[in-house]
Amino acid sequence: MMALLEVKGLRRRFGGVTALDGADLSVEQGRITGLIGPNGAGKTTLFNAVTGALRPNDGAVYFAGTDVTGWRPDRLAEVGLSRTFQIARGLSALTVIENLMLYGKHQPGEAFCAAVLRTKAARAREEELRLRAIAVARELNLLQVGDNRAIDLSGGQKKLLELGRALMAEPKLIMLDEPAAGINPTLAKKLGEHILALKARGMTFLIIEHNMGLVAALCDHVVVLVQGKRFAQGRFADLRSDPRVQEAYMGHRA
Amino acid sequence: MINYLIAMATFGAIYAVLALALNVMWGMAGMVNLGIVGFYAFGAYITALLTLNAHAPIALGFLAAMIGTAMMAALVTLGLTRLRDDYLAIVTLGFAEVVRIAAENEIWLTRGTDGISGIPQPLKSTLGADFNAAYLVFCLVVLAVVLWVLERVRTSPFGRVLRAVREDAQVAAFAGKDVLRFKVKAFALGGALAGLAGALYAHYSSYIVPEIYVPLLTIYISLALTAGGIGNNWGAVIGAFVVVFFLESTRFLVGVVPWLSAEQLAALREFLIGLGLLLVLFFRPRGLMPEPLPRLVKR
Repeated sequence: MMALLEVKGLRRRFGGVTALDGADLSVEQGRITGLIGPNGAGKTTLFNAVTGALRPNDGAVYFAGTDVTGWRPDRLAEVGLSRTFQIARGLSALTVIENLMLYGKHQPGEAFCAAVLRTKAARAREEELRLRAIAVARELNLLQVGDNRAIDLSGGQKKLLELGRALMAEPKLIMLDEPAAGINPTLAKKLGEHILALKARGMTFLIIEHNMGLVAALCDHVVVLVQGKRFAQGRFADLRSDPRVQEAYMGHRA
Repeated sequence: MINYLIAMATFGAIYAVLALALNVMWGMAGMVNLGIVGFYAFGAYITALLTLNAHAPIALGFLAAMIGTAMMAALVTLGLTRLRDDYLAIVTLGFAEVVRIAAENEIWLTRGTDGISGIPQPLKSTLGADFNAAYLVFCLVVLAVVLWVLERVRTSPFGRVLRAVREDAQVAAFAGKDVLRFKVKAFALGGALAGLAGALYAHYSSYIVPEIYVPLLTIYISLALTAGGIGNNWGAVIGAFVVVFFLESTRFLVGVVPWLSAEQLAALREFLIGLGLLLVLFFRPRGLMPEPLPRLVKR
């Protein structure tokens, strides 16, 4: 059986810089796959090229068996690929609940006429989405700030909101770009627990993370990206003791 | 005096529709548009030419002004998809100037700088002296309907997507929204309303001329929206009436400061308008009426 996400030979150049140099990656259904590598290895570029924020120059991306190379982000979201950003990107002037509801799919009220006419279908879906958003906010401890604007949240709450938004899209795969960056260790641990709880319910994750404690605690499988290529992969414990990986990360030891 | 007040209220209502149009494009969908006057002119010319040259009924003129301007606005958006913020501002400003200069020079169609006079006024012969008051009521009814529709839009899932596009178009795309489609729709809706405002003006004054449609009018409308509260429909309406009131009341400065010449007074007015906006934004950074947020946790 094919993996849920399969990346083959992905290439992306920025002028003279080759950010992705034939990267390969596969994410198995129901697992948490970690993507690690030194700064500038191309991890975020890989995310961008997979999720449609950037067009790859070469290579292919298969999602749930379909070739989705070069698809637009909204179409990828439609088929169940959801992502977050390294720096929490807000829809700052929207409330937390609105941020969540926005990610809900199949809202007929997003068409102009249905919006003005307030059709029954639109109203019913809106109430469904509102209740789901409340449930997600409650799970992520965001309910008490649910009617606040996203810009007024703390850094940690913004990260939680990112995860919550991804969840609202009813995705098959959630790609998290450094979920623990810039938040305190307690909250990072909490976030890890949320992710594990979601995995237990069958969600698949691909996570970029520099916090090795979190990678060790979460990831079933880890891919090391170096200079835009897959350098190694396997269980985190094995990779950690691999001198080649250590060298790629830290440089030569004196 | 009463006639003067009626005229001012009519202008207030027309500018309010225009400010609401801008609010859809800029306030809701976040696309800076310094060319709103171009759409306003477009609508006015469409209905003027149709009702005068083709003897179309006035209602048809209004409809054509709205549809034609909406189509024009949609086309403009398609051409501007890659532009944002300042660039969009400059290009839309240029668009409005193109419309005005075309109207000045395509004399065979628009009668150039002579303008178009004799645009039919609805029921003018029946109403006679009551025309102005009746037209004011008509404008207010139109304004109320537009406001009602836009409040529905703002609080709908459609409006939520527009506001998301305004905040961060890329995030909206990752949320599964076809950003370009929403931008085109927002511009078309705003365009239709600007065209409607243009038609309201044309059939009120019965005379249009390119020099009405200068960038300064765009500035006044942007000012009305900024002062009223970007993203707030009621704010746009209040802002428009405040701006008309301000523009008109400062005319009476002549009586207060008789030692200034007419030119100096005109300049002083502009000063005062700028000062007024600065004061509003200093004390109310998000405008007189900030964008309202829904309370969704408890119903």
